[in-house]
Amino acid sequence: MESTIIKSRNFNASFGSNHVVRNVNIDIPRNQIVAVMGPSGCGKTTYLRCINRMHELIPGATSEGEMLLNDEDVYKMHPIFVRLKIGMVFQRPNPFPNLSIYDNVIAGYKLNGIKLPKAERDRIVEHSLTRVALWSEVRDSLNKKGSFLSGGQQQRLCIARAVAMEPEVILFDEPTSALDPISTSTVEELFHELKANYTLIVVTHNMQQAARVSDKTAFFFLGELVEYDETRTMFTNPKDNRTQNYITGRFS
Amino acid sequence: MQAKSVKYRLGKSYGFQLLTYLLAFAIVVPLLAILFYIVRAGITKINWHFLVNIPKPVGESGGGIANAIVGSIIIILVAAVIAVPIGIMAGIYLSENRKSKLAYWVRLSTDILQGVPSIVIGIIAYFWLVKPLRGFSALSGSAALAIMMLPIIVRSTEETLRLLPDSLKEAALALGMPFHRVIFKVIVPVGIGGILSGVMLSIARITGETAPLLFTAFGNPYLSVNIAKPMQSLPLLIFNYATSPYTDWLNLAWGASLILLVWVLFLNILTKLLTRKWKVQL
Repeated sequence: MESTIIKSRNFNASFGSNHVVRNVNIDIPRNQIVAVMGPSGCGKTTYLRCINRMHELIPGATSEGEMLLNDEDVYKMHPIFVRLKIGMVFQRPNPFPNLSIYDNVIAGYKLNGIKLPKAERDRIVEHSLTRVALWSEVRDSLNKKGSFLSGGQQQRLCIARAVAMEPEVILFDEPTSALDPISTSTVEELFHELKANYTLIVVTHNMQQAARVSDKTAFFFLGELVEYDETRTMFTNPKDNRTQNYITGRFS
Repeated sequence: MQAKSVKYRLGKSYGFQLLTYLLAFAIVVPLLAILFYIVRAGITKINWHFLVNIPKPVGESGGGIANAIVGSIIIILVAAVIAVPIGIMAGIYLSENRKSKLAYWVRLSTDILQGVPSIVIGIIAYFWLVKPLRGFSALSGSAALAIMMLPIIVRSTEETLRLLPDSLKEAALALGMPFHRVIFKVIVPVGIGGILSGVMLSIARITGETAPLLFTAFGNPYLSVNIAKPMQSLPLLIFNYATSPYTDWLNLAWGASLILLVWVLFLNILTKLLTRKWKVQL
């Protein structure tokens, strides 16, 4: 039996009276890549943002139900603690424009006021940048601003920033939708490397990407979790009619 | 018939264009005239002696405006120390709580405050500070000027921070940063160019204010650095000496006018340069 890291039980989320995530039950296995796909507005991003409690930052946003990280309810932990355990990478690369590449990587420590010896910082920066295959490209320009990098490099820098905190889970919110095809494939290759140490949950509106990168896939439709299975099974032999229609392109 | 009507319409169009050119030019003329007049009258009065000496008593020739320059700098610095932290904090509040009831009232108050005549602010400072403290003081002048600086700083901070994308704040929050660190380590440093240019504009705005100082800082013919006592400032010196009948004092007023003008121009240009330099690429 593989161990489960994140469990949702009867999880609901809303913006005011708009009920966007409906009664979701899901088990995310440790050290796997889980893709969350579905048409626009199906609640997949909202669900993702509920996992590390980013959803509640939007005025009027509410949620109910259980969200367990290692059997502990994240809604009973302090949000800051949750976000240290569950990192996040966003749709558009968002490095801190006022910080150098080096400082961007250790931003989670530096800006949180966690003091580390220089040698330890250097180690974290090199380690994290190596993990995201960026070290060889930026090792000579660590003091340049992060915003000088290309879009794909910036996104990998943002992944390095999340990796540097050594979280257990990393959430990706359509991480390649703002990137060109080559950067996209670099990031997708990264997922396989990262899986050894972290659990990845990747929201994507790109079915092919879900099929390429994930071990398991969840299909959301109109706020409901329609189907959740091994990616291979889901794409070859979907059980639900709506999944079938979605992956054959009847609607998108 | 048709050709004639087109011609008439084209003529009207040219006429209108010409009018806009003329009126745009008319805006430039008074400014250039003022500059020319003050530079011509003031430039001959300014020398080293003028900058480092205090005014001589009536009857003696020479003298300078050192007391007014030092006084203006002190009064403005103290005003900035009062207004900058309050203004920036209020601006942060407004950009973070765009729709709250308090934000509505704060915005309304800053708008109204911006329209309050400076002499009225001077009177308020007189009743709130000068009377209870039993004496004119530079500090009460600074407080009056600080009130005038506030709306500019509050609004420029708010406008700057509002323009920063939410993704920046989300990036910081997703790293587990508490709110105060998100603000002071990420949002404010990224927006610092806009915030500081607001501060400098507010300083440029109050540098020439005379009315709030008339019955607060009051003026002082001697050099003073004690903010609990009356202090001279450039606009006060100009106001007092320009209306005097003595040629030496009139000369001092002309020189001081030029210094004040250069100071304000310099601040405005510096603000423009710095905003360009600090512009953060997002």
